Amino acid sequence: MTEKVDITLNINGCDYAVRVEPRRTLVDVIRDDCGQTGTHIGCEHGVCGACTIILDNEAVRSCLMFAVQAQGKRIRTVEGLADGDKLHPLQTAFMTHHALQCGFCTPGFLMLAVNALETNPDMSEDEILDLLASNLCRCTGYQNIIKAVRNTAAEMRRARA
Amino acid sequence: MRWVGRSIHRLEDPALVRGDGRFTGDLKAANWVRFVRSPVASGCITRISWPEGAPVFTSAELEQIKPIRPLLHNFNYVPISQPVLAMDVVRFVGEPVAAVLAPTQEQAEDLADLVDVQIEPMPAIADARDAMVAGAPRVHALAADNIALDARFKTAGVDAAMTSAHRRIRIEIRSRRQNALPLEPRAAHAAWDRNSGRVTLTCTTQMPHVMRTIIAELIGMPESDLRVIAPDVGGGFGQKMSLSPEFVVVTWLARRLRTSVSWLEDRRENLIACFHSRDQQIALEGGFDADARLVAVSADILANVGAYSCYPTTCGVEPLMAMAEMPGPYDVREYACSARAVLTHTCPMAPYRGVSRPVITVAIERLMDKAAAAFNLDPIEIRRRNLIRSFPYTSATGLVLDQASYVETMDAALQAAGVAVFRARQAHARAQGRHLGLGLATFCERTGYGTPAFAARGMEVTPGWETVEMTMDPSGWIEARIGASPHGQGLRTTLAQIIADELGTSPDRVKIVHGDTDRTPYGWGTFASRSVVIAGGATLMAARKVRAKLTTMAGILLEAAAEDIVLEADAARVAGTDRAIAIETLARAAYHQAHRFKGEIGPGIADTATYDPAGTFSNACHVAIVEVDVETGGVILENFVVAEDAGRLINPMIVDGQIQGGVAQGIANALLEEIVYDDAGNILTATLADYLSPSAREIPAIEIRHLET
Repeated sequence: MTEKVDITLNINGCDYAVRVEPRRTLVDVIRDDCGQTGTHIGCEHGVCGACTIILDNEAVRSCLMFAVQAQGKRIRTVEGLADGDKLHPLQTAFMTHHALQCGFCTPGFLMLAVNALETNPDMSEDEILDLLASNLCRCTGYQNIIKAVRNTAAEMRRARA
Repeated sequence: MRWVGRSIHRLEDPALVRGDGRFTGDLKAANWVRFVRSPVASGCITRISWPEGAPVFTSAELEQIKPIRPLLHNFNYVPISQPVLAMDVVRFVGEPVAAVLAPTQEQAEDLADLVDVQIEPMPAIADARDAMVAGAPRVHALAADNIALDARFKTAGVDAAMTSAHRRIRIEIRSRRQNALPLEPRAAHAAWDRNSGRVTLTCTTQMPHVMRTIIAELIGMPESDLRVIAPDVGGGFGQKMSLSPEFVVVTWLARRLRTSVSWLEDRRENLIACFHSRDQQIALEGGFDADARLVAVSADILANVGAYSCYPTTCGVEPLMAMAEMPGPYDVREYACSARAVLTHTCPMAPYRGVSRPVITVAIERLMDKAAAAFNLDPIEIRRRNLIRSFPYTSATGLVLDQASYVETMDAALQAAGVAVFRARQAHARAQGRHLGLGLATFCERTGYGTPAFAARGMEVTPGWETVEMTMDPSGWIEARIGASPHGQGLRTTLAQIIADELGTSPDRVKIVHGDTDRTPYGWGTFASRSVVIAGGATLMAARKVRAKLTTMAGILLEAAAEDIVLEADAARVAGTDRAIAIETLARAAYHQAHRFKGEIGPGIADTATYDPAGTFSNACHVAIVEVDVETGGVILENFVVAEDAGRLINPMIVDGQIQGGVAQGIANALLEEIVYDDAGNILTATLADYLSPSAREIPAIEIRHLET
């Protein structure tokens, strides 16, 4: 259990060669060993979603996986959303619609919703609600998060048209 | 163009949306702490053992640390104390008993598992009423009948008024126990500096200066050797304003072992051992005259405060606020109240958003609804007859309710909710066997408490004032250092808007520095809806002083009277002329060409202001339209309307955000969240799968109307 293994994690396009115990969770290794602290830990039992990342094309709770299971997969975290100084449209929408207060749950919500916008850009209102009910926010009461996602989806549809 | 009143983007947001927030848990440490916690609610520690030589610390090793002993000089308060690690006895499930150290979090958890704590269980009590029964086990030897605070209030005429009342209505309510549940659990990182011998404690706190004072005092170290930093803090809602014994242990370990030590609370620890809230039982009787006007109120308030008293407010905070503010926005001259804090073998209580207000609002509004039914009156009409209408109004307990708009906010909320249309729809639905209902609650919220309000409670530690230090640097940028400690409220943005207006600049040229005892003036932090009122007031005062200096300087350089100078668009201008000087030129001159001011004013641009207001009241009316499934008890929230009057809106977007978040937590309190103990004091809701916090599915859109009076 405490025997360390060598793995390489690809996070936001960069390879991180790390030596970790197999029992360590993916979120711990992303934060502690790879130094990407934008992904947060809120419950460590898969309910709050603060640790949500995109693994290949799926939004997952990185507290419910071992780091060794993520080897060879493409990991995306909040640090990879912006293109230099240019924010992702959803990041901008979160600011415009006041979809964050303390900001602790924000990276998880962003990754959850960005993955959904990429894989299902034509989400219905009901699908948006279902999606956002996956994560917990204690500050906002959710309505502004819903607005930010809804408006970004519409904006991205317009851009496509 | 003024900045106050505009919904500008928050200055806090760009870093947070990029994942560049800096939270306590992001810091690296040489050592990680894990706390070994009591698995039983009550018992005697008979033996603690661990692998020989392992770095394990118990109360024996920490004997120099003084116990936490918050004080209140009033209301028969019993000064119970709490050792930072349990000494001989444990008093709640989750109480820290030992601390272990290891190079990684995982190893610390491994070591904690090897610590064997032998406890001889003793009978436990989890419910306040059980704790008051004669012969119940005592939580503290000091507190007979487990009463930690016993406050009484009675107006001279209340008995007569109640006896002669036309009708007396009684209700009983219970507010379940809740966890404030900030998404970021507690965390503390303490680092000893070999150069200075100082310790820097970075932690999840709402009051860094107060933490510095109390932790240094308990450890017995010079306060100047401790620096406390509140970096980005992931929500608090009151849970992070009280002193965590764990923070004292972490600080002591870093100083003692001359290293860096970090502790990250996990969610289970947060649910069982971080501060709980609410858990009040209120029995209320109202005496009404023949016109359904309230003539007397009598209240019996029991607050289950858990096993210890929190610092700095003490466990009196809940019952005392309930007692002082119970009749709320209703005009009643005769009032009697008994408010008790009851000790039980449960997690200690601390203030949580609203403190007692949600509970007393439910109580008094329930009384009104029941009275309306008894008088066969519309629930709206009985409120209209009883709401206070003339101001200032001195309440039965002596609080001065300044200008308020109770009737106006109720009317605005009811209009927005469309009551007439709803009543027709309700009747129609009822005919089909469906149950729709409309609930309304009007309340006044005391806010901006200064020292007089806290002193009235007899608190040894009397918070209230805030100080702001403001500097304009030689390049013309402004820095304001504040004692308040925001953690999600957007205070950096709102204060920058206030300053920008006073100094004729834009908010992005204003830096607000907070949450660092080395960089900011002593202050009380952020809690009790105080920061915009008190830190905002001090900010405005400091900005006006800086403004006075700038206009005086500009007057000298532009050969005009100071009172003719206006500050706008980053320049000082002689009003009505094109004679102007850029602020950056003026600022540079203040530092590098002080001689130009002929000794009339000193060099540099810096000033300080302190504000300690008496406090004020804001008010609001909330209307909820719900459908209840009478088979299952399920409640669907159809519509929720808030009409509020908190005075002038500085950033309406932020105000709306605070209201939406507050309402969501209230809905959680009313319908979803409940911490459950069994009779033996075991906590049954130790994960987020058991403690049901609302998701986006459960919180409706909230319609908000503002009255700015």
